[in-house]
Amino acid sequence: MNKNKRLISGNEAIAEAAIMAGCRFYAGYPITPQNQIPEYMSWRMPEVNGVFLQAESELAAINMVFGASLTGTRAMTSSSSPGISLKQEGISYMAGCELPGVIVNIQRGGPGLGNIQGSQADYFQATKGGGHGDYRMPVLAPSTIPEAAELMMAAFDYADFYRTPVLLLSDGILGQMMEAVEFKEYKPIKKLVKKDWILDGARNRVPRSIFSLMTAPGALEKHNWKLLEKFSKMEKEVLSETYLAEDAEILVCAYGIMGRIGKAAIQMARKEGIKAGLFRPITLWPFDSKTASLYGSKAKKVLVVEQNLGQMVEDIKLAVEDSKKVFFHGRPGGGVASKEDLFEKIKELIK
Amino acid sequence: MEANLIICGSGGQGVLLAGTVLCHAAIKENKNVTWLPSYGAEKRGGLSYCAVVISTEPILSPLISRPPVIIALDNIGFDFYEHTLADKGLIILNTTLIGRETKRKDAEVLKVPITQIARDLGNVRIANMVALGVYLGKSGVIMLESVIAALDSVASSKYKDLILINRQALEKGFEIGVQNKKRG
Repeated sequence: MNKNKRLISGNEAIAEAAIMAGCRFYAGYPITPQNQIPEYMSWRMPEVNGVFLQAESELAAINMVFGASLTGTRAMTSSSSPGISLKQEGISYMAGCELPGVIVNIQRGGPGLGNIQGSQADYFQATKGGGHGDYRMPVLAPSTIPEAAELMMAAFDYADFYRTPVLLLSDGILGQMMEAVEFKEYKPIKKLVKKDWILDGARNRVPRSIFSLMTAPGALEKHNWKLLEKFSKMEKEVLSETYLAEDAEILVCAYGIMGRIGKAAIQMARKEGIKAGLFRPITLWPFDSKTASLYGSKAKKVLVVEQNLGQMVEDIKLAVEDSKKVFFHGRPGGGVASKEDLFEKIKELIK
Repeated sequence: MEANLIICGSGGQGVLLAGTVLCHAAIKENKNVTWLPSYGAEKRGGLSYCAVVISTEPILSPLISRPPVIIALDNIGFDFYEHTLADKGLIILNTTLIGRETKRKDAEVLKVPITQIARDLGNVRIANMVALGVYLGKSGVIMLESVIAALDSVASSKYKDLILINRQALEKGFEIGVQNKKRG
């Protein structure tokens, strides 16, 4: 038996991966289904001389992350859908101030307070600018717990490299379920440069300032053009997985938990001789339109599967450019399609 | 190989723990596992459920919509999940707490007075391990030894003295499971 394998929930794996990646500041406010993250951090952070703070609100938590990030500390917060809505102002400020930080959204059903079941209803919010202002933010969507751990480590690297907030977008199922994880030693995926912008007391140096208010004529426009340059670089960081997509007559497009369930349905279909394949974006922004377009154009039909009323399907339609062959199957409000449901849907479409 | 099962009952019966112990054991045998709990406003006495998938292949779906095996510890769980059983599936039924007959006539039903056995062993709270033992004996999916070894990794230092009685519960259940292996 491999002694390094740990049976661990998605939430706890995300927390441990953050610690391994050098995160030393966590602030959050309780909400199901992500409570294991702050619970884990509450005892784990002190072990590594980090700071754990249960904030008085989500707003306070994201602004504490803002503050910790200013000092050059790797910092994060986590919440679930309604709580993430509350954090949007802080995220926008971080984007404006170019501050690194990682935000974890273990999505639950919405809108409003919704329910506590797993959901993918925050795709729009995550990828199309949940907060105000013209900004972009990398969004990473794991579909297994080992992948969640891996992407959580990568999130801190992207955040520091591009000086940007990064969102890990997962859901209640992946957060609550357990799987075996073999934690790999943290190795930065980007070359990390010294943070020469942090506010750590201006002893023996010229004072620095970081702010997002730019009222001088033209100053904000100039800043936005500068941000665009960065966003363009970030756009190259696309990640996606394909599975039996090469000869696929029906291309299933799904991310996160639905990505793996979709894969299971594809295996069922292949056993019956149906040429089904998978496109699973791992970064939701930037979105791997190129790969979606390549296999989507080849396929006769494209089936987008989400735990919502249809959000990523819009990006797939843009990529495939023939929206007549794009079909959608979704379950909102905490509902989830089984592999059997998806297999039926595939059979229906291939007829 | 792939094994799919659900364990259901009510909060406090150790439904989630039984699944967790099984997963630890499966990992000891180098198998892949997924464990998916019901979660919500559950409390002691409310519906409790976990779905466990064990496989030598990577596991894609952690959801089990038609479980081939249901371990039912009480009516609260059983009433809710009985209809989901796969065709000709197996029900391990705790007859101490489930008085009614099964509705699924196609099912293979293994009736065991699980809670009574736990009581006789001296602790009603080990009913979950009796049930798990029955499943192990009946299915042969995971070795009893692996599950006994897993008890040690699951029990915190505070509860180490409870390992023995949990082991006895597993063994007792296992015996019953093995006896019923050929039938059905």
